Amino acid sequence: MSKQTVNRESQVSRTAAMALMLLLAIYFLLPIYFLIVAATKPQGDLAATNGLTFSHFNLFENLRVLFTRSDGIFGKWIVNTVIYAVFGAVVGTLISALCGYALAKFQFRGREFLFSVILGGVLVPTTALALPLFLLFSATGIVNTYFAVFLPSIVSPFGVYLARIFANAAVPQELLESARLDGAGEFRTFFSVAFKLMTPSLVTIFLFQFVAIWNNFFLPMVMLQKESLFPITLGLYEWNGQTARAPLLQESVITGSLVSIVPVIILFILLQRFWRTGLAAGSLK
Amino acid sequence: MTDIATRATRRVASPGGRRRPGGGGPRAGTIFAFVIPFFLPFVLFYLVPVGYALWQSVRVVRRTGGQYGTSYTTFGGFEQYTKVFQNDEFWSSVGRIGLFGIVQVPVMLFVALVIALLLDTPLLRLKSAFRITAFMPYAVPGVIAAIMWSYLYSPQLSPVVDLLNGIGLHPDFLGPGAVLWSAANISTWLWTGYNMLIMFSALQSIPQELYEAAKLDGASNWTIAWQIKVPIIAPSIILTTVFSIIGTLQLYAEPAVLRQISSNISSTFTPNMLAYAVASGNNYQQAAAISVVIAVITFVLSFGFMRLTSKRAGL
Repeated sequence: MSKQTVNRESQVSRTAAMALMLLLAIYFLLPIYFLIVAATKPQGDLAATNGLTFSHFNLFENLRVLFTRSDGIFGKWIVNTVIYAVFGAVVGTLISALCGYALAKFQFRGREFLFSVILGGVLVPTTALALPLFLLFSATGIVNTYFAVFLPSIVSPFGVYLARIFANAAVPQELLESARLDGAGEFRTFFSVAFKLMTPSLVTIFLFQFVAIWNNFFLPMVMLQKESLFPITLGLYEWNGQTARAPLLQESVITGSLVSIVPVIILFILLQRFWRTGLAAGSLK
Repeated sequence: MTDIATRATRRVASPGGRRRPGGGGPRAGTIFAFVIPFFLPFVLFYLVPVGYALWQSVRVVRRTGGQYGTSYTTFGGFEQYTKVFQNDEFWSSVGRIGLFGIVQVPVMLFVALVIALLLDTPLLRLKSAFRITAFMPYAVPGVIAAIMWSYLYSPQLSPVVDLLNGIGLHPDFLGPGAVLWSAANISTWLWTGYNMLIMFSALQSIPQELYEAAKLDGASNWTIAWQIKVPIIAPSIILTTVFSIIGTLQLYAEPAVLRQISSNISSTFTPNMLAYAVASGNNYQQAAAISVVIAVITFVLSFGFMRLTSKRAGL
């Protein structure tokens, strides 16, 4: 093959690759672009104007309506989502890290058995847990409270699995030995030595768990009847179901969807590298 | 007797039992304190519900006397399971989800693989922009993704429908035949980038030298991709397949949202929707049996797939 044919071939493949990726990029961006456009329109323009072109700029009015509707319940949903997803993931990451670290760094009887039991939990479909949990929680009166969603959300077997891999990779045994020789207790060693070394991987675990809670729709739907306890997803779902009777809700569903995904998308883009370490570790082992 | 003897020798062989040979290991109490903050909630919110579902699924509600008798629950053996297997709605929901999975999972993973391979070649510019774009839908919860897409499917509001009408096509995304695939499209949109990133991370960890030789022999990017790279990342592809099977069997949010705008999705469209509908009718024992059957099917399919592929790949 002469150099020229190679070049021509690669020119053709370059163009084809670029064209294919552009098409796929349009596919991935289309719904989000539509949402941005729709969120800036007054309700009346939604059906009357083309969905892909801007018309009257009404975003601020839409936001005002969104945040004042039903005594500002949307703001409450945002706070609830932060409680469930952010605090849940913080607590979940911490307990996963402690457990994964112990499984990686301490020798004790039953260690492998414990790890297999936890790993088995990764394969349990979480939706299969929601209904029995509802019955157990009804019996104890936890149903329809913050705890009903928060408590089950802090448990992430996958987080323990990742924490064990990361603790093995990031924390050298000699460092622990010398800390012990210095007389530091295990918890002090963990928080002052291991925690710092594991921080990047803890961010990864946090992100995975945050998304799992942020995405979990079935659990809050089963557990909560009180609107004031809803996360954003459940609230928007309820509103969306009422649009047939109250068409004006449509604009709030659209604006609310946009308001809730934008911060998470920004967080994702900023923390991109942590995803890749986590996904690489998850797939190689 | 011999049991005690072996136990004794084992204890002698590892002096101190829980102390490590170095002598600096932590005490059992300390280990317990590290493990318990996770393990206690894990038992309470994972293991206990699983056990409770199993227990519920072998219970039945019976009545004393006629219509005005009192009801009580008692052991019913496999009665609930027999009912599940005799339930036509159960089989049609399983059939629907099976069809969904057989088409959607391979399509999604193929697209994910193509993107991952393209991002790993020198052919493309703007790589990180493309990578972020494909991954972005993962930040969107299923409910919100389904709401966004339902506007794009809606005959009144959708610019896509307008566009297709303009060129003489009249699609009905919410029609009885199409709505399953409209739901499949939402899952594909949501998860392609996530799966792509798993495959891409695996590709990035292949040492470059592995294909230097092939390049010197004049192998094209195409050959290198499909003959060398794909076999190496086979474990990642298997992993993404297993995740996708688990996800498909749990499908709930996307069809539930589409149900709000389409009469072609019944309240028992997916197995999970059926379980919820049955539980809403206060038949918790039957709902538990359905959940257990879904979980068992999930286990069997994911383990079965792993075994099948690992044997064939000789791993």
